Amino acid sequence: MPSFQFLHRPKNPLEQGGRNSIPAKPGADDAELSEQCPNCHRQIPLSQLWNDANTCSCGYHFRIRAAQRLALLADHGSFIPEFDGLLGGDPLSFPGYQKKLSATQSLSGSEEGVLCGQVTIGGAPCCIFVMDPYFMMGSMGTAVGEKITRTFELATELSLPVVGYTVSGGARMQEGMLSLMQMAKTSAAVRRHSQAGLFYLTVLTDPTTGGVMASFAMEGDMIFAEPGATAGFAGARVIEQTVRKKLPPGFQTAEFLQAHGFVDAIVPRNEQRAILARLLAMHQKGGVR
Amino acid sequence: MSNTAYDRVKLARANNRPTAQAYLSALFPDFFELHGDRAFADDPAIIGGIATLSGRPITVIAIEKGRTAKERIFRNFGAPNPEGYRKALRLMRQAEKFGRPVLCLVDTSGAFCGIGAEERGQGQAIAQNLFEMSDLKTPILSLLIGEGGSGGALALAMADEVWMLENSIYSVISPEGCASILWKDAGRAADAAECLKLTAQDAQNFGIAERVLPETGLGTPPFYRQLSVELNDMISKLCALDTEELLSRRYARFRKFGAISSPFEKEAP
Repeated sequence: MPSFQFLHRPKNPLEQGGRNSIPAKPGADDAELSEQCPNCHRQIPLSQLWNDANTCSCGYHFRIRAAQRLALLADHGSFIPEFDGLLGGDPLSFPGYQKKLSATQSLSGSEEGVLCGQVTIGGAPCCIFVMDPYFMMGSMGTAVGEKITRTFELATELSLPVVGYTVSGGARMQEGMLSLMQMAKTSAAVRRHSQAGLFYLTVLTDPTTGGVMASFAMEGDMIFAEPGATAGFAGARVIEQTVRKKLPPGFQTAEFLQAHGFVDAIVPRNEQRAILARLLAMHQKGGVR
Repeated sequence: MSNTAYDRVKLARANNRPTAQAYLSALFPDFFELHGDRAFADDPAIIGGIATLSGRPITVIAIEKGRTAKERIFRNFGAPNPEGYRKALRLMRQAEKFGRPVLCLVDTSGAFCGIGAEERGQGQAIAQNLFEMSDLKTPILSLLIGEGGSGGALALAMADEVWMLENSIYSVISPEGCASILWKDAGRAADAAECLKLTAQDAQNFGIAERVLPETGLGTPPFYRQLSVELNDMISKLCALDTEELLSRRYARFRKFGAISSPFEKEAP
């Protein structure tokens, strides 16, 4: 297991990978390390977890790094990364933010909380963005908002569909109201893409909340969710404090959202690639007219 | 100005501050309220309707916190539910159909965080407003009269012009929430308010608000008279633009809140 998991002590639960954090790719030395499934309590060797796309045989879906998810979806060698090197800076000079950001960057090996680019899935070309739960919990600051906006603008220019994997604790508070504006900016770009008759599919993964839930995550023509994923606008703890009631079991899960009519389908990780390929093929060049 | 950021937060939330209803009755004596989202319910936290401004028909949508204790409970303290945002969107589409400009009065600590709100898709409701307001083919002007609480406020502020009263605030998170996440101490809200740069002046500096309106005589007839003149001037200007120009301005207005490219920007592999 890489040492950063012991060195990096997140200051709040939104910014940690969660108790289920596992390294992106186990090295040879990690073969004997295992992770316990929080659902069935089985010990799963990390190498097996890697092979099973971070899912347990009981159906539990662990969180997964953006790069690994991309590897599961993309046709081999087809991914062309876009908009690398876009950084948001520290527009508010928020105390401690610059330090936290550069620490996260060096520990995670990525610059920001989303991977964007062009890709083919089962031969069907599309633009894709994949948010990373291990980068400040996928929080959306100006850089994340900008990269996603550019992904939609590029897709509109190239007449390509967009596939988006969302995971986010919400807007990044260290960038203040500029983070908030990313909700508006991304939504406007999604709208233009949509008005051009192009297809957008979102997959809600654990957890998708706050400003991301209240913008591009819920703007897809089709909205999928991974089994058991938490998705909602407000955090469960905030709701509990507001209404002073215990929340019903299964509240804000993918299954809850589907039952209430907000998700088209719950698709297990190992089936996503095939279904995406099929749907993308059905929606090439602005869809069936 | 000797006011600290947190002083302004307190002023924005003050119980004696005029709420949306005061603006509606002072600015629009002929205001006629239209209820309901046509799908689930009528949300009392959002008041919507039609009025005239200097003879021009206008759609007005306002978040109302309530003036008395009893009213505040009825209005859910100005925390809208999804049906409130859907009512607002219904009225905005209606405005678009009839070519009426839209004025939004924003005053909320945020969209309501409740069980029913989640069951009815609070996130989806806000997202839908942003999505459709981004190219609503009629002018939108939003005025923040008190609190501009996160996505719940933005859902009525995706506008061609955003104005803020001098002591209104606009923030991604409440200073209390920010302090409890950062320092595990909601008591440090004053520090957090400072860090979050949430004042009207900050918003103007970021280009998020076009204008900061002084609060001299707040709530008095001359204040409303002056406000009415300024709103009318701006709405006339926006109505004079052709739709295409209006929409490309609106897109550019939000598009500019971007990232700074790194000076070390890498070559795409």
